Amino acid sequence: MEKSAVFKGKLLPYLLLVPQLVITLVFFYWPASQAVWQSFLREDAFGLNSEFIGLENYQALLAQPEYYKAMATTVVFSSLVAALSLSIALLFATQADKNLKAAPTFKVMMIWPYAVAPAVAGVLWLFIFHPSLGTMARPLRLMGFNWNPMLNGNHAMALVVMAAVWKQIAYNFLFFLAGLQAIPRSVLEAGAIDGAGPYRRFWTITFPLLSPTTFFLLVVNVVYVFFDTFGIIDAVTGGGPAGATTTMVYKVYADGRLGGDLGGSAAQSVILMVIVIALTAIQFRYVERKVQY
Amino acid sequence: MANVSLRNVRKTYPGGFEAIKGIDFEICDGQFCVLVGPSGCGKSTLLRMVAGLETITSGEIDIGGRVVNEIEPADRDIAMVFQNYALYPHMSVYNNMAYGLRNRGMPKPEIDTRVREAAQTLELTGMLDRKPRQLSGGQRQRVAMGRAIVRQPKVFLFDEPLSNLDAKLRVAMRVEIRKLQRRLKTTSIYVTHDQLEAMTLADILVVMNGGQVEQIGSPLDIYRRPATTFVASFIGAPPMNLIKLSGDEIRAQFAGDRRSAAEAGILGVRPEDLSISGAATADGGITLNLTVEAIERVGAETFVYGTRARAEKAVSATPGELPEGEVIVRIPGQDAPAIGASIRAAAHRDKLHLFSADGRNRIDI
Repeated sequence: MEKSAVFKGKLLPYLLLVPQLVITLVFFYWPASQAVWQSFLREDAFGLNSEFIGLENYQALLAQPEYYKAMATTVVFSSLVAALSLSIALLFATQADKNLKAAPTFKVMMIWPYAVAPAVAGVLWLFIFHPSLGTMARPLRLMGFNWNPMLNGNHAMALVVMAAVWKQIAYNFLFFLAGLQAIPRSVLEAGAIDGAGPYRRFWTITFPLLSPTTFFLLVVNVVYVFFDTFGIIDAVTGGGPAGATTTMVYKVYADGRLGGDLGGSAAQSVILMVIVIALTAIQFRYVERKVQY
Repeated sequence: MANVSLRNVRKTYPGGFEAIKGIDFEICDGQFCVLVGPSGCGKSTLLRMVAGLETITSGEIDIGGRVVNEIEPADRDIAMVFQNYALYPHMSVYNNMAYGLRNRGMPKPEIDTRVREAAQTLELTGMLDRKPRQLSGGQRQRVAMGRAIVRQPKVFLFDEPLSNLDAKLRVAMRVEIRKLQRRLKTTSIYVTHDQLEAMTLADILVVMNGGQVEQIGSPLDIYRRPATTFVASFIGAPPMNLIKLSGDEIRAQFAGDRRSAAEAGILGVRPEDLSISGAATADGGITLNLTVEAIERVGAETFVYGTRARAEKAVSATPGELPEGEVIVRIPGQDAPAIGASIRAAAHRDKLHLFSADGRNRIDI
């Protein structure tokens, strides 16, 4: 049996928990419960009073084709960002893990983008790829490619995906690198002697041994694309053109803040919250079991 | 089945550190070769060069008549057992052993036969479905062995495979490894810093120090006729007593010997060759007058630590092993003189070893 310190006071443990509980209450439970309450209300056009309308907000929402479009956009956007940022970060991390002279510099350079605020990152990419001002837009057009994220929905999606991926790679890179360095060198050497080439060694030894890291990052990345990419989308496309980059979280903002439909917006955030909780629960329930060894 | 030859093998790291300074030796087919030396002597580096895990700066390594310098570890037809076992933590015992065979595209039924055979030999049959973390240290060690033997390679390489085990298990596994190697008749190279493991396992023993070979030979030859004071103090426990003598003393001791020139030298005598019962021997042996400082009783034998009454100092080739002026005498049983007593320890002439003053050369007496 492990020894543990025992405090006599009954109050002290609760006292020690208070700061954490207060933060969670103020910044999560309170706004979340407000959102749930709000989602049952309808406010008049001037915001003077509101009435209880039960599930009407949800019914209206689910009858809206735009809402399903936002869902589809979110699925496309989040799978692209998660898949690309995870795989590119893994590629970079495996390269940085080699005994290269430039590896330390490379590592520092890799981590910098994480310190850039989402909106700034978005603006940065917008400047590079702006159809009329962008440094990359001209070469693209010279190559005969009609690049225009302002009008073409797919181009706009590509642009926000690039910006979101670029920013998230740094974070994923850091964790992958730490994961790679935790794999004993002798295990890989044993693999080399056992006749596995570098490619096979990666997929049969390194990748399975990294799976706890990959799983953790998958959860974090899904949360990231669902919520934190708001700044990028707002700065780069504003959800356009024609709603092509309006993800669920952006629609919450657009309908509530810009459209003034607080009830509908609240209903959306409740649905969004349920989806993310469900996704995380599924990941922990089914994926985590397979990644432990 | 293969010979292994090393021809003037060198290793220099990019920083300029010379880890291996030109090593030559040959291991015949089926022999068990042990590389022994203190930590940092380059023995593990040399083994990893044979495995292909370290590049060879110059010289040649030849396995079974083929120079392997530029050949990948996988294609050298070797198998290695690592100090920390290096098992694949996410694979079952079965898959750990089958992995190397699958990589070589062996048909499934044959893999199965080989793995089950190896499991039988190593008493792992009931554990094939377990993961490494569910095994004890000794079982992991056996899986690592199994992974090597299923491959039926030309050469086994062992990198201090027993140093993570407790003392009792280490002795048991040592015997197991030797029996297994005798049966399979596979050429083996085994790295250790433990002189007892080295003495008991080796057909040929290579004593290394500072990136160089100090002596090569059968364990008993090396024990009987160590070539340098380093070997003399490294092989045998407790270490050989080494006593610095002036030229005059050597002449007095070995009167009439033509080699006893006027130069200083180092006299060596093993603790087990000294006896405290007899007086000075008539055959030109030596007698040491000692004051007993400490006694170690280990049951079957007793070690007596004494300081020499006269001014000559004993020297130690490996710093820290034997303080200056101290002499160890090994006597059978538990009867020992009292601490503080004066004793006379004597050795026959044919049990004496003489080395040059720098300890690098053995002088026949």
